[in-house]
Amino acid sequence: MAHGPAKGISRWLFTTNHKDIGTMYLWFSFAMFILGGAFAMIIRAELFQPGMQLVEPAFFNQMTTLHGLVMVFGAIMPSFVGLANWLIPMMIGAPDMALPRMNNWSFWILPPAFLMLASTLFMEGGAPAFGWTFYAPLSTTYAAPSVTFFIFSIHVLGLSSIMGSINIIATVMNMRAPGMTYMKMPLFVWTWLITAFLLVAVMPVLAGAVTMMLMDVHFGTSFFSAAGGGDPVLFQHIFWFFGHPEVYIIILPAFGVVSQIIPAFSRKPLFGYDSMVYATAAIAFLSFIVWAHHMYTVGMPVAGELFFMYATMLIAVPTGVKVFNWITTMWRGALSFETPMLFCIGFLVLFTIGGFTGLMLSIAPADFQYHDSYFVVAHFHYVMVAGAVFSMTAAVYFWLPKWCGKMYNETMGKTHFWISFIGFNITFFPQHFVGLAGMPRRIPDYSLQFADFNMMSSIGAFIYGASQIMFLYNVIATIVAGKPVSDDKVWDGAEGLEWTVATPAPYHTFETPPTIDPAHAHS
Amino acid sequence: MHGAIKKALAGGVVTALATAGSVALAASGGITMDDVNMSPGVTAVGQSIYDLHMWIFWICVVIGVVVFGVMFYSIFAHRKSKGAVPAQFHESTKVEIAWTVVPFLILIGIAIPATSTLLEIYDFDDAEMDILVTGYQWKWKYEYLTEDGENVSFFSNLSTSQTEIYNAEEKNEHYLLEVDEPVVIPVNTKVRFLVTANDVIHSWWVPELAVKKDAVPGFVNETATIAQKEGIYRGQCAELCGKDHGFMPIVVKVVSQEEYAEWIEGKQAEAAQVRELMAQTFTMDELMERGKAVYQRNCLACHGANGEGGVGTAIKGSAIATGELGGHLNTGVNGVPGTAMQAFGGIINDVEMAAVITYQRNAFGNNMGDMVQPIDVFNFKKG
Ligand code: HEC
Ligand code: HEM
Ligand SMILES: [Cu+2]
Ligand SMILES: [Cu+2]
Repeated sequence: MAHGPAKGISRWLFTTNHKDIGTMYLWFSFAMFILGGAFAMIIRAELFQPGMQLVEPAFFNQMTTLHGLVMVFGAIMPSFVGLANWLIPMMIGAPDMALPRMNNWSFWILPPAFLMLASTLFMEGGAPAFGWTFYAPLSTTYAAPSVTFFIFSIHVLGLSSIMGSINIIATVMNMRAPGMTYMKMPLFVWTWLITAFLLVAVMPVLAGAVTMMLMDVHFGTSFFSAAGGGDPVLFQHIFWFFGHPEVYIIILPAFGVVSQIIPAFSRKPLFGYDSMVYATAAIAFLSFIVWAHHMYTVGMPVAGELFFMYATMLIAVPTGVKVFNWITTMWRGALSFETPMLFCIGFLVLFTIGGFTGLMLSIAPADFQYHDSYFVVAHFHYVMVAGAVFSMTAAVYFWLPKWCGKMYNETMGKTHFWISFIGFNITFFPQHFVGLAGMPRRIPDYSLQFADFNMMSSIGAFIYGASQIMFLYNVIATIVAGKPVSDDKVWDGAEGLEWTVATPAPYHTFETPPTIDPAHAHS
Repeated sequence: MHGAIKKALAGGVVTALATAGSVALAASGGITMDDVNMSPGVTAVGQSIYDLHMWIFWICVVIGVVVFGVMFYSIFAHRKSKGAVPAQFHESTKVEIAWTVVPFLILIGIAIPATSTLLEIYDFDDAEMDILVTGYQWKWKYEYLTEDGENVSFFSNLSTSQTEIYNAEEKNEHYLLEVDEPVVIPVNTKVRFLVTANDVIHSWWVPELAVKKDAVPGFVNETATIAQKEGIYRGQCAELCGKDHGFMPIVVKVVSQEEYAEWIEGKQAEAAQVRELMAQTFTMDELMERGKAVYQRNCLACHGANGEGGVGTAIKGSAIATGELGGHLNTGVNGVPGTAMQAFGGIINDVEMAAVITYQRNAFGNNMGDMVQPIDVFNFKKG
């Protein structure tokens, strides 16, 4: 009956097993995290002091661009797809993903796409240098020739994401064990289901945007060039119609992770499960009608400004509901503070701060001062690093023992948390200050009044960066020589089907569907 | 488990120390409020924006104190290690409704002042003067659109030296925030800026005047300001616009209305003088001298100090610069579309164009021996 994995490299190349594919996604995204991190270290080293020291302005722009692209598309998104692969089948009692061969493809087209993107660094004219938001015409008429390769790799990444999300939708809709109704699904599955719909809706729009760029660059069209009757601002509308849902694509699975972990270490069911599901859906809906809050200064009519301002402010309501629910889950629980819980509490505090600055940014008149300053940089690092990356880190510590049957080193995990937490805040908190004081983003050099806080930021960044090495070490040491755990339920407070299978999780799980206790609420 | 608490506490202490340390570091540098917060600036709109910003900020602080207060109380009081027994409640429609409705009401309290401030910002009517601001890679052009049609226009370039940027010389107080020629406006006057761009998108931002507007090629955006205090206000391009995005500052000099009237008259006289120069015929030496200056200001960045090239192709021995004169003029005036070589016809005046073309043809060993006069450029442009 149960058969094991194939041997050697072909196991990984041809695998259709959700756990193998999940593992590959996770390792790949960690590699991208290190690469994107290396770019960030170059950025912060150059910004350590006023004056140009290490790199040239043109190269600096390539670094900020690649850092953003690699972190968003290479590190954060694939890491959550990896998590989805590992966990969704185990959480809903399915033997595998619904479309296993497509699953293999959606992973394997990723590494070549990033290889191509990274190779632009060695091309004549250099890598893309127009920011991860690649505004035209800087990214079309005025771009280096490598832009064509950039466009192609975005196409491939989009393809991978669309295939991945179709797979998740098909799995969740068709492969739930009998009795696993929608409103019994763990929140991680819910948030991913909604995320997958967002992906299917907006990835084609991104593909459309880069295709129009390709036309402008090579085939003489003028979608984004006023000289030919086009409109550069049109690009921004299309980009942000993708881009704003994209930030929720990044954060919703993170919400899911936190909603699994906080109840486990509070030893108390998640508070307000139903409202969590509705809030997620509300956020997803609203995310389609707020895109122009990134464009308050492009010269929109005042009615447009007002519409997008009000709609954006509304997002704070369901987001607030989520935060309140998490805190109420902790309230009168029996809390313990293992590493995954620490990262979730870090998430709660710092994501909420990022939500506050998000609310501030949503106020159009104030955004005339905040926009394109370091205040925005601080905002999105609070939500993306302390939000998405912290929750991903929590997830790895939380499920690693289930995956490999060994326990990580708790002391080292906690140390990793504290160094990350402190390093992160030293890096990004001062960026609120310099932003408000008038420092624009994406500049390789700055005037003297910003010097102290930038130096602080750089020091924090090196600390945060270094702490990730400790994380890598801890994970490898666990896999190689961790203390074996054999309880199915690794954490005493954890709930859900994934904790009912053996530890380490066998290669194939739920070949016959589990029975779900109808009395049991949701997990 | 006790070890874990100790660790957590130790961690907390370290965080506190780090925060204290950063505050101390900040304080030791003589940090003022201006270094950490938005400035209300010198306009009524800026003051409204600042008030709004502080209003939202304090709302966030209050919500934060409540939310984090509850969370930390729970972290402190409801720990397993203290023998806490978990309650099992997990829903309450009443509280869910409460914490949906209350935030909504708070948002209304923010939306009302936000709307009125936005309308204030969008009031561009009844401006007393117009300035056309054009973003170029990587400088700003200002054009005063006067009623008598005697428009005054000039470019404003970063004036910080490369030696300062590359750390060969000490950086001055206004490092990277200084220009060769600031834009001058009168105090207590409603000035409307018409903002556009020549190549890519830029964004014209002066925090203390509370204006930020994107400069989009092919479109003209409006924004306005009334500066209530004389002084020099500095800003920067806010939209990534390529290599030297960090090096195209904005300096606005707000002066008394009398001083402004005097200044604009002087500029108009200067413009008249240039028109006169246009009609002149220069000697080779005069052209070479002027041409060298123009080259260094406008062309050197891409074509190199010795015409050896860089971003641009080499001028030394180039087919165009040592070829037929019309082709060379065409490259200078109309640029090479689709490359970094801009159309300089609208950037430098005819005297400068004549001089720099002559210079390129006769410097770096390109001994063509011919010259271009301003009138030739004028005729060429007319076609
Ligand atoms: C932003 C960079 C940049 C600046 C500044 C610049 N150029 Fe160029 N220039 C270029 C590029 C790039 C080319 C090559 C265009 C092509 O591909 O044909 C070029 C080509 C030329 C050529 C043709 C040379 C040849 O034989 O290929 C001439 C002449 C020229 N520029 C004149 C000027 C003058 C005069 C100035 C200053 C007023 C100037 N350039 C400033 C980028 C620049
Ligand atoms: C309370 C919810 C949030 C609100 C109201 C909000 C609002 C905003 C606004 C108005 C901006 C534009 C600022 C400007 O450019 O001037 C912005 C930028 C940004 N936000 Fe948020 N945000 C929220 C949550 C998030 C989340 C959850 C993420 C991602 C995980 C996120 C990621 C970003 C990013 C990446 C940018 C900058 C994009 C760029 O220009 O490069 N935000 N946010
Ligand atoms: Cu957004
Ligand atoms: Cu710029």
